[in-house]
Amino acid sequence: MELLCPAGSLPALKTAIDCGADAVYVGLKDDTNARHFAGLNFNDKKLAKGAQYVRDHDKHLHVAINTFAHPGEQKRWFNAVDKCVDLGANAAIIADIATLDYAVNKYPELELHLSVQASATNTAAIDFYQKNFNIKRVVLPRVLSIHQVKQLSRNTDVDLEVFAFGSLCIMAEGRCYLSSYFTGESPNTVGACSPAKYVRWQETENGLESRLNNILIDRYQADEKAGYPTLCKGKFTVDDQLYHALEEPTSLNTLSMIPELMETGITSVKIEGRQRSPAYVEQITRVWRAAIDSYQQAPQGYQVKKDWDAVLANVSEGSQTTLGAYHRDWQ
Amino acid sequence: MKLSLGPLLYYWPKQTTEDFYQQALNSDADIIYLGETVCSKRRELKARDWISLAKALSNQGKEIVLSSMALLEAPSEVKVLKQLCENGELSVEANDIGAIQLLSEKKVPFVCGPAINCYNAHVLKLFVNQGMQRWVMPVELSRDWLQKALVDAQAMGIREYFEVEVFAHGHIPLAYSARCFTARSENKAKDDCELCCIKYPQGRITSTQEGQQVFVLNGIQTQSGYCYNLLNDVESMQGLVDVIRVSPSSLDSLTTLQQFKQQILGDPQIIKHDNLQCNGYWHQIAGLSLQQ
Repeated sequence: MELLCPAGSLPALKTAIDCGADAVYVGLKDDTNARHFAGLNFNDKKLAKGAQYVRDHDKHLHVAINTFAHPGEQKRWFNAVDKCVDLGANAAIIADIATLDYAVNKYPELELHLSVQASATNTAAIDFYQKNFNIKRVVLPRVLSIHQVKQLSRNTDVDLEVFAFGSLCIMAEGRCYLSSYFTGESPNTVGACSPAKYVRWQETENGLESRLNNILIDRYQADEKAGYPTLCKGKFTVDDQLYHALEEPTSLNTLSMIPELMETGITSVKIEGRQRSPAYVEQITRVWRAAIDSYQQAPQGYQVKKDWDAVLANVSEGSQTTLGAYHRDWQ
Repeated sequence: MKLSLGPLLYYWPKQTTEDFYQQALNSDADIIYLGETVCSKRRELKARDWISLAKALSNQGKEIVLSSMALLEAPSEVKVLKQLCENGELSVEANDIGAIQLLSEKKVPFVCGPAINCYNAHVLKLFVNQGMQRWVMPVELSRDWLQKALVDAQAMGIREYFEVEVFAHGHIPLAYSARCFTARSENKAKDDCELCCIKYPQGRITSTQEGQQVFVLNGIQTQSGYCYNLLNDVESMQGLVDVIRVSPSSLDSLTTLQQFKQQILGDPQIIKHDNLQCNGYWHQIAGLSLQQ
């Protein structure tokens, strides 16, 4: 089972490789990828260096081209595919059908991974992408229970990649327009959810308020830990009841599921967080490397170690973690 | 321009649903979409009931289309989808790419629904080749985006092979989750939801701590807090849009269809929107904004 780690910068990429990642995924410095944030991602020069570093260490490089091509501007997405091939990357992670079509026709040898943003959650959808674009792998949206993941793996010969750790997206990815409803910008169209430029913090007599495009997301008292105002993790009222109506600030953590994921034949476990620091990448990669190795050495005796959990909780949203949709009770 | 009544997104008792569609037959809708698109646990009408209701409504002067589920997770849900696709008579609105796969295999013509990520003319061309006859644009896209996509479609020689439909009125379906937010609002787990959606025929309103209405919870679906309303934008749809969609919330939606009809036929009137309505997406600004 491959350990696939995020790299939002060259230092993060090197850190991931040095700490035991089998593969890293990166994005270009434009809106062709779903982490299009200022100061993040790779220009041509950095990308060439990153690719060389990955090759020198005999690891794999995946390039995420996972937003949807704008009409009249498809060239930018197609160029991203060209770059991916020129670099000698091992795979392109693509969401847009137009981009997949371009890639499979121009580069039949290029390994295509279906991005989570394409939102393929069932065998019929996977069939569509396999038959039309010969995808080798599908990244599953974080909406399936582990039972449903197992059912899928029994019924398809496409490799499966699942999210193992990181910020928890609770909606079917690629089909969530909440961000553009609040701000005009969404992951699909500009490559960002709840973009930072719309975030505002304000000390008021009601406490510290976080706003997104002026809409109140949450209010914190002095003893509460404030989190980034991702709009689905705010506190809202339903019939006068105030609570996290959609989801609490929390991160996905599936360390305890490693045996099940292995037995299910999952090809790759993905760590979320291209927007995070090299220090985050280092801690997560070390823990996950140790956990996977520990299982492989003695599958029967596998146990999540307390210090692994402590490290992960420390870098989690709201310092708490969940099994998310993998566990039916969460749903 | 034609008018359509989109699929019912809420969960109503069987009788209420059937009565609604009887009334809809006398409405200004040219096209009626029906079927469960949100949650497979909603079984007041089962798949075969939807199919027979749809067949009963056909041949009465309206085009009838069966709508499929947006989020398919279990093999049992794909089985129901197959049932819809093999109805042998009616066309189907595909709301998941899996539906396009099944329909194109069977060579059944289809409508590409708003929950499918079709953002440009290259994708439209591919879908046209697979049997798409109508495209319902993703809800977050603007007039400007549509126009550019159609310029490309024209250049590619495919513009005349499909119609364009725009979601123009109602609470906008914005997201789909594994989690049921209506059950959560009642402190229930999804597996133990007691089908509580039926208590909320127009979903559950969700507001910020300042009282701003931001979402409507509808089972696993999250809708816009404000009602999308493009009544004042009909003129700007001329030459771009073939079908205007009204998403049903109650019998009032049939009156809304009438208002759109007047906008299409007569001199378009400027209607003053209240502050619980929005039209931002069409104007390429935040969806919840209102451009008067």
